[in-house]
Amino acid sequence: MRYEVPVTAKEAASLLMKEKGKAFVLAGGTDLLVKMKAGVVAPDLIVDIKAIKGIKEIKKTATGFTIGAAVPCAALDENAALVKAWPGVVEAANLIGSKQVQGRCTMAGNLCNASPAADSVPALIAAGAKVVITSSKGSRKLAVEDVPAGVGRNNLKKGEFITAIELPKRAPKSGDAYLRFIPRTEMDIAVVSCAVNLTIDGKGIITKARVSLGAVAITALLVKEAAKAIIGTKLDDATKAKLADICSAACKPIDDKRGTVEFRTTVAGVLARRAAETAYTRAGGK
Amino acid sequence: MSLDSHSSDPMNPGLVERKFKVIGSRVARPDGVDKVTGRARFGADASAPGQLVGLVLRSPHAHAQIVKIDTKAAEKLPGVKAVITSVDLPDYTNGDRSMLDILENCMARKKALYDGHAVAAVAAIDAATARKALALINVTYKILPHVTDVDEALKHTAPIIHDHIFTEGTPQKSEMPSNQNKHASYGHGDVEQGLKEADVVISRSFKTEQTHQGYIEPHSCLASVSPDGAAEMWVCTQGHFVYRNQCAILLGLDANKLRVTSSEIGGGFGGKTHIWAEPLALALSRKANRPVKLTMSREEVFRCTGPTSSTSIDVKLGVKKDGTITAAFAELRYHGGAFPSTWAELGAQTAFACYDLKNVQTISKDVVVNRPKTAAYRAPSAPMAAFAVENAMDEAAKAIGMDPLDFRIKNAAKEGTKSSYGPVYGPIGIGPTLMAAKNHPHMKAPLGKNQGRGVACGFWFNFGGQTCVDVNITPDGNVTIAQGTIDVGGSRASIAMAVAEELGVTYDHVRSTIADTSSLGHNDMTDGSRGTFSTSMAAIFATRNAITVLRNRAAKTWEINVDDVEWKDGSAHPIGKGHGNLAPLSLKDLAAGAGNTGGPIAGHAEITADNAGVSFGTHIADVETDPETGRSLIKRYTVIQDAGKAMHPSYVEGQYQGGAVQGIGWALNEEYVYGKDGRLQNAAFLDYRIPVCSDLPFIDTQILEIPNPNHPYGVRGVGETSIVPPLAAVSIAVTNSTGVRQTHIPMSPPRVLKSIQDAKAK
Amino acid sequence: MGVHVQTTINGDAVEFACGVDESLLDVLRNRVGLTGAKEGCGTGDCGACSVILDGRLVCSCLVLGAEMNGKSVETIEGMADGNVLHPLQQHFIDGAALQCGVCTPGFLMAAQALLRKNPDPTEEEIRFGLAGNLCRCTGYDKIVRAVQAAAKEMRG
Ligand code: FES
Ligand code: FES
Repeated sequence: MRYEVPVTAKEAASLLMKEKGKAFVLAGGTDLLVKMKAGVVAPDLIVDIKAIKGIKEIKKTATGFTIGAAVPCAALDENAALVKAWPGVVEAANLIGSKQVQGRCTMAGNLCNASPAADSVPALIAAGAKVVITSSKGSRKLAVEDVPAGVGRNNLKKGEFITAIELPKRAPKSGDAYLRFIPRTEMDIAVVSCAVNLTIDGKGIITKARVSLGAVAITALLVKEAAKAIIGTKLDDATKAKLADICSAACKPIDDKRGTVEFRTTVAGVLARRAAETAYTRAGGK
Repeated sequence: MSLDSHSSDPMNPGLVERKFKVIGSRVARPDGVDKVTGRARFGADASAPGQLVGLVLRSPHAHAQIVKIDTKAAEKLPGVKAVITSVDLPDYTNGDRSMLDILENCMARKKALYDGHAVAAVAAIDAATARKALALINVTYKILPHVTDVDEALKHTAPIIHDHIFTEGTPQKSEMPSNQNKHASYGHGDVEQGLKEADVVISRSFKTEQTHQGYIEPHSCLASVSPDGAAEMWVCTQGHFVYRNQCAILLGLDANKLRVTSSEIGGGFGGKTHIWAEPLALALSRKANRPVKLTMSREEVFRCTGPTSSTSIDVKLGVKKDGTITAAFAELRYHGGAFPSTWAELGAQTAFACYDLKNVQTISKDVVVNRPKTAAYRAPSAPMAAFAVENAMDEAAKAIGMDPLDFRIKNAAKEGTKSSYGPVYGPIGIGPTLMAAKNHPHMKAPLGKNQGRGVACGFWFNFGGQTCVDVNITPDGNVTIAQGTIDVGGSRASIAMAVAEELGVTYDHVRSTIADTSSLGHNDMTDGSRGTFSTSMAAIFATRNAITVLRNRAAKTWEINVDDVEWKDGSAHPIGKGHGNLAPLSLKDLAAGAGNTGGPIAGHAEITADNAGVSFGTHIADVETDPETGRSLIKRYTVIQDAGKAMHPSYVEGQYQGGAVQGIGWALNEEYVYGKDGRLQNAAFLDYRIPVCSDLPFIDTQILEIPNPNHPYGVRGVGETSIVPPLAAVSIAVTNSTGVRQTHIPMSPPRVLKSIQDAKAK
Repeated sequence: MGVHVQTTINGDAVEFACGVDESLLDVLRNRVGLTGAKEGCGTGDCGACSVILDGRLVCSCLVLGAEMNGKSVETIEGMADGNVLHPLQQHFIDGAALQCGVCTPGFLMAAQALLRKNPDPTEEEIRFGLAGNLCRCTGYDKIVRAVQAAAKEMRG
């Protein structure tokens, strides 16, 4: 097992590309180390990307925010502008694990680990975030919802890794929210989760929306019909009921130790309604 | 020394009257500084020169015959110093089946009996090598049908796990092997007749799932066997003497050749009263001829060390409209994991212990299943029984339109009550704790939306047992205590307080340590809430013996009769005529002169401390349940319990709070989840959900002191009773917040939501 | 293949060699001789191994020892100022905030990190700030109270 600490993205990409055995990217390590400990993975090479220049920075740009792939989730809520623009994304990232885990874990890692229950992923999908993927050939962008390929699998190719996540610029009168269901108040994996991101007009009518569900299918879902159902409304009770029904219907969950199909399906609707209410209020709707 | 006898009012048997100087204060514990600075040494914190790393290979099957174990490749791996299987642990138990069961649990013999059952172990120069070696051991299994549910195991169609087990205690001798290892019955009166006299009969069935003690420190030991057969072991345990005795038997050693030193213990709650991997570490060390350190992973702790039973309980209560209970019946089915046990029987004894009943019967069925061996967990078996009985009590009260608390007060046991399990009670605290609950401001506090309140009570026997203590006076006039019971939560402080009190010196002159097994006589475990109760008693007696020596030394110094020497406030005083001009001799004076008056000064006591004094508690829980998700949160919680005499009130409160929160976790979220394949699916803290700090409010406590007439200071055990009422109190609260009777613990959100939906559908 | 690391622990320069797969917790306990951080789970679920790494609270079981080059680690062993206990340590003893004490080093590190960020936390902030640390003995009551008392003393 080898450990490398490249200082440029190019160097990192070429290390990953050239490795004949199993190469793993190390950012926060909060998933990788658990898997190593359990004997689920046995890396031949670990590429620690944290020394790459700029990869631990949050930048406000003309088009929104660029969040370096190695920014620990705990650093997100220390950035006031980000919290103001994307409260739902920040609260989702700050629900991953404990304070200790948040001191290390990253949204990029959360995404690449490709657990359907990852907390930050539905929030990023609802936000319309993109990832910047780097390889020795250059870089490309991909919508967050296109990154996971299945449980524990992602669409990155050999030699590729994520260097940043881009959040779009915020339109006025917008709000997002993320809610997850866990049995305790902390420390659990989401049994079902939902993120809603929306924009309203001067009259409080929703003009744009994105709704995403987590832990109800093999990957987080972007539920377009749910967004459609609330666009053009002021999120009245009938709309909320419809939203809940659509979200419940979109679920393709499994029975497991954390919850039943029935439970996940019901609660997905409940969370969608509640998340939409919060997002609507945050957008300034009444 | 006298205790005020209790008053004739059965609801107020009287309080300790003696004025104490040290007892009842909140001194700092001797291990405090070490524990806040990281110096304290727990099980995994010790090392020995040349030590190897021990690891255990465990069965992935719930039930399987072990056809063959091939260890050759592992043995050949460089760095591997020993590989053992059951062959290396021959049967020295001499026909003692219960010891053989312990051995078989530590290492599977012919069959693997549960997921996680040890089948082989290795010792290697480092962890990486040991892990590789485990992977090289080739075990051929023949998979057998398994059963993990207690009710399923009793069915005729269930696979029989042990063909040597026949049900013990049935009216007719059983002729077929069975998964039920024991049948027992308790009670008095005529339940059938009582049910006929009732105006209302409540009949309900309840289930509770398996939980783990969840101590934060995994099991760890460091074993060293030398070629001459003498051995040493450093281990985290609740009872190093018992570990010594059992390991010696299983390894074929004389007990005096195995010296066991206990580490600081990072929680046990009953789970560290049984030996698990310690004999394996000793056997590895013997084979490798090097010290072996064996530390379990968290996953191993969950998969193969003592969870509690899952249970299935039926209750029937007959009640008259005026609140008289005419009949009480319960059948309790508990499993002991893969080995015979008596956990159901214990449940049957405790089930109705809070009440004064004319007609009562409990039947217990102890069952084996393909799960890890069940261990004691804080007041073992009582919480589940209380859950079932207290819910039936609540339902009965509501059925006759009586306040549930008043209903309990009316039927509470009192001094002179013949308990449902046999003995007649002395002065007890159930009535006073119920009255204190009734008068508690918590009962009058308003409830919010979706909130419900539950009240429930609970009982625990408390144990005494074998204990010995040495009290030594140091040459500079200070005091050391050697105790043999493990300190799990501050008992060294309490014991030192008792000695200081008795000796009439201040606490800072007295220090207690835990002696190793070669330095003191046998001591039972710290279990059954016996630690502080029995050790303080032995310490008080040992101190009194030391005081006799001190008085003799003073008499010798003064050349007067020992009867003319009185011990008071830490000094010898002359009494009687003609000694008026003699200045008192302090402990320091006497210690300094000890060399000339007969040598070192010490006192010893060896006792079997019976009559630990039963203990009762009443809890009040407020819960808020989200009707759309079924999730419940505790909003307010109050524990009221009888301590006899609280030696160190902070530590008593800590026991109340800790037990209550363990019970809350059990009530709401903790459970073992087994798959259809009989494998445990949630062997980690991530999905075995013990309460976290943000799940809880402050836990209010109220300590009542109804002295135990059998302890010099009136002390009762306090450690366990606090886990008995929470399952019941919280479930009654959720019943009230949702309007649906909760009969299955834990009340996880999916379960509660389903109960709400099912009730709506009806 | 092992790695060679130069780092700072509790203000002292420390050098060690370790395997790539060894966690910071393994290194602290087995190579540096600091056994104050405990392994309760090894998977980030209990907080008993908490240390402060470059100013951030982390689970040392989820950090590689190999990553420590040029870093600064604070552990429980460095919390007291010589003979003088930190107010948190003193209030944990005085307030009986420990029973078995195995969780205590982790709680103290977490509380330290919390109070640095937020010197005057509400009860709720304390409870959520410490939610990554499991304690099975105390029910958390006296831990929360000890942190409140220490915070008050530290604010002066
Ligand atoms: S040991 Fe690191 S979180 Fe439990
Ligand atoms: S004091 Fe024992 S786990 Fe916290």
